[in-house]
Order: sequence, then C-alpha cells, then structure tokens
Amino acid sequence: MVNKLITALLVTVFVLTSSQAMAAKKKYVFKAGHKSLREWRLPKRVPYPRDNKPTRARIELGKMLFFDPRLSGDGNMSCASCHNPVLGWSDGLPTAKGFKSKVLGRASPTIINTGYNLIQMWDGRKKSLEDQAMGPMEATVEMNMNTEKLFKWLSANETYLRAFKRAYPGKGINADTVSKAIAAFERTVVSRNSRFDRWIRGNKKAMTKQEINGFKLFVGRAGCADCHSAPNFTDDGFHNIGLKSFGDSEPDMGRYAQRPVKLMKGAFKTPTLRDITRTGPYFHDGSAETLDEVIEHYMKGGVVTTNLSPSMKKIKLCSSEREDLLAFLQALTSPYVHVTLPKLPPN
Amino acid sequence: MKNLIALIITSMLFFGLGAYAGSFNVGQKNKQFTKNKLVLKVGDKVRFTNEDPFFHNVFSLSPAKTFDLGSYPKGEFREVTFDSAGTIDVECAIHPQMRMTIVVK
Repeated sequence: MVNKLITALLVTVFVLTSSQAMAAKKKYVFKAGHKSLREWRLPKRVPYPRDNKPTRARIELGKMLFFDPRLSGDGNMSCASCHNPVLGWSDGLPTAKGFKSKVLGRASPTIINTGYNLIQMWDGRKKSLEDQAMGPMEATVEMNMNTEKLFKWLSANETYLRAFKRAYPGKGINADTVSKAIAAFERTVVSRNSRFDRWIRGNKKAMTKQEINGFKLFVGRAGCADCHSAPNFTDDGFHNIGLKSFGDSEPDMGRYAQRPVKLMKGAFKTPTLRDITRTGPYFHDGSAETLDEVIEHYMKGGVVTTNLSPSMKKIKLCSSEREDLLAFLQALTSPYVHVTLPKLPPN
Repeated sequence: MKNLIALIITSMLFFGLGAYAGSFNVGQKNKQFTKNKLVLKVGDKVRFTNEDPFFHNVFSLSPAKTFDLGSYPKGEFREVTFDSAGTIDVECAIHPQMRMTIVVK
C-alpha cells in the first residue's frame, strides 16, 4: 500500500515537474480563418491617445508637416527624408544620414504600423508617437532645427496658421500641436492587408502551402514568434540578437542606456515584420541586406554571443524549410498604397 | 511510512502548496505581472514565476530595493526578500509594458 502511494506521488511529481518545465508553444490550427489564429488579426482601429483623436484636419496638417523640408535647419530634410513612403517608410540605407549627410549609428525604423507600438525608437526612449515627433527636429545630428524659429515661421504662414486652428483650435502652434499632428498622420500608415492577413481572415487562397509551412516554422520550431509576436509581429520588447557590431570596441549599448540592466546591453526593440520586403536593409545596424541573410543570422544563433538574448538559439532548418520561412516572410507585405503628396504652402 | 510523510511534506514545499507567512506569489503571464500592486511588510518574500512560453526578466532600480533577477523560462521562478520599507517599481526589462508596484511597510 505504502509502495503504491509512493509510486503515485512520484508519478504526480514527475508530471507536474515536466509540465512546468515545458515551454509549450501555442497550439494553432493552420487553416485559413481558424479561430485559433485570431490573435494575429491586427485591429483595424489604430490606438490613439485620448487628447489626440485623429480627425481629418489633424491628419492633413500632420501630412503637410511630415513632408515639409522647412522643418529642418538647412531646409532640405523632412521627416520623409528618412521615412520615405516609396522606400517602405524608411530610407533604404544601412543606417540613417542626418544633418549634412552625417552617417548616423542606427537604421531609420519604418513608420509602418508604429501606431500599434507600445513604445517607440530602437532603444525605447520614447513612449508614444507624440513623444517622439519633435526628437529628430531638435537633434543637431538629424534635422538640426531651431524649433522656436520653426514655430514663429509656422505662425507667420497663413496656410499653416489656418490648418493649426482647424486641427487644434485655441491650442496654438508649439511642440505639443506639431507633435500631435505628425503623430496623427503617422497613425494612418498601416499594413494589415498582406496575403497573410487575408489568410488569417479566412481567404483560403491567400497563402500557398509553402507559405503556410513557413508560418508553422515561424510560430513553432524556429521560435521567431517568441519575439515577433501577434498581432503586429513584435513583442514591443528588447533583445540582444548577437549582431557582429556588438563585438566592436565601443558597441552601441541600445536599451541599456535607458534601462541599465545587464540583459539590456546591446538589446534593441523588436521591429514589426509587416511590409518587411520593403524595409531593408535589416537590423538596427542595417547589417543584413536581404531577408535570406537575416534567416542565416538566426540559424547561426547570432554571431557575437556576449550578453546574447536567451531566446537566441541555433535553428536547424533544411534548405526547403529555409525557403518556406522566407516565402512566409514575403507574404507579410500588403499591396502598395500610393501616397499623394500634400500641397505645401509657399514661404 | 516515515518516508511517505517526508515525501508528502517535501512535495508540498516544492510546489508552494503550503502558504507560509510573509510569502507572496506573482506570476508573469501574457506579458503582464499577475498583480499590479502588492503591499508587504519588511522581511516578506515575493516569488516571481514565469508562466509565459518565453523568457522574462524582473528588475527594480528603485532605491528602496534594487535587484535584477536575470532571465528565466516558463515554469521557473526567482525570489526576492524585501528588507526595507519603501515603494518599489518592478519591471521586466525584456517587455517594458510589464510593470507593477510593491509597497513595503
């Protein structure tokens, strides 16, 4: 009797221990529109702060400001210089070029789907799009704008003055209203109609068998979805993914500058993967030219392993699986949305 | 029989089934701490258990209690004893939306 009880207890202990230790992946049914996949549906409504409801007047004003190079010190750089809609709302460069074409340390992140982000910038130093918008204008290495001079110029311009009065009546022209208008426009830059999105919504023909196999790997054995998670293919988190540049003599410490916790040394924010085929080069340092190079990097489990994220593991993929994963990533791009440039007011 | 009793007691302690004074459990689930706020007494202990299928961290840079529990996977836990009074902001470094406050009285 005692022996039986001991055996039963040991079995219970074993089962409980095993279930605790198991890092089970989510269970999906890989059928178009299946309810188990719902978490991947990106909401149509982009979240916005209570005090900046995206009205038409605000979005139109934000669009003017976004494309106006007179928001920079030399009058030759707009937000769109680094976040160009024809280049995936980025710039196609490994790392950004700022004032006087100075090469900067990090890649220009895409604007696509940033409205869904819970935190902004590669190192998360800005909480919201409103919080971020003035940063590049004020940075001497970026747009290098004297913002007091900017507000005076905008206030003296009849078209802008009218536009601000319509968008933010009684609120004036200042850092608050300029930021809010730009943020309202940026929230309109959305990708949620890729073939993957259509397949998730129930269109059986939207994805090929190969792409579905790639998705299975993405959420399964390859472990990509641990960080590039639903619904926006980001966990709004920070990881050191072992890039070669972290082995430099004075590497970019990334998130560590904001949160001095060891794990954050060399950690950067997980970017979305929607419209990924348009936003290369890849990684915060622009060190991967192609998606194939990105996959290669992850298969190796990173290059520099100092302070590597514990989520980074070597991934074994045969050549056909690698092709499947690549095909899936390529299915994350929405049809191109033509952008009409705003009519900017004369000086 | 003695062995059986010892095994039962050990199992209960191992799985935390026995509530012991001054000990609190906080889970990390769906990228949130399972408690937003916890009020403790000096000397109380908190066990942070990862219930998500990916790594989490727990840290605090608050002067009342500074700690960094590193990163650990699902099913594992780390414990912290709060040995002085104050308000402590607790976060996960990996997922900054995970925040909670611990008030030690």
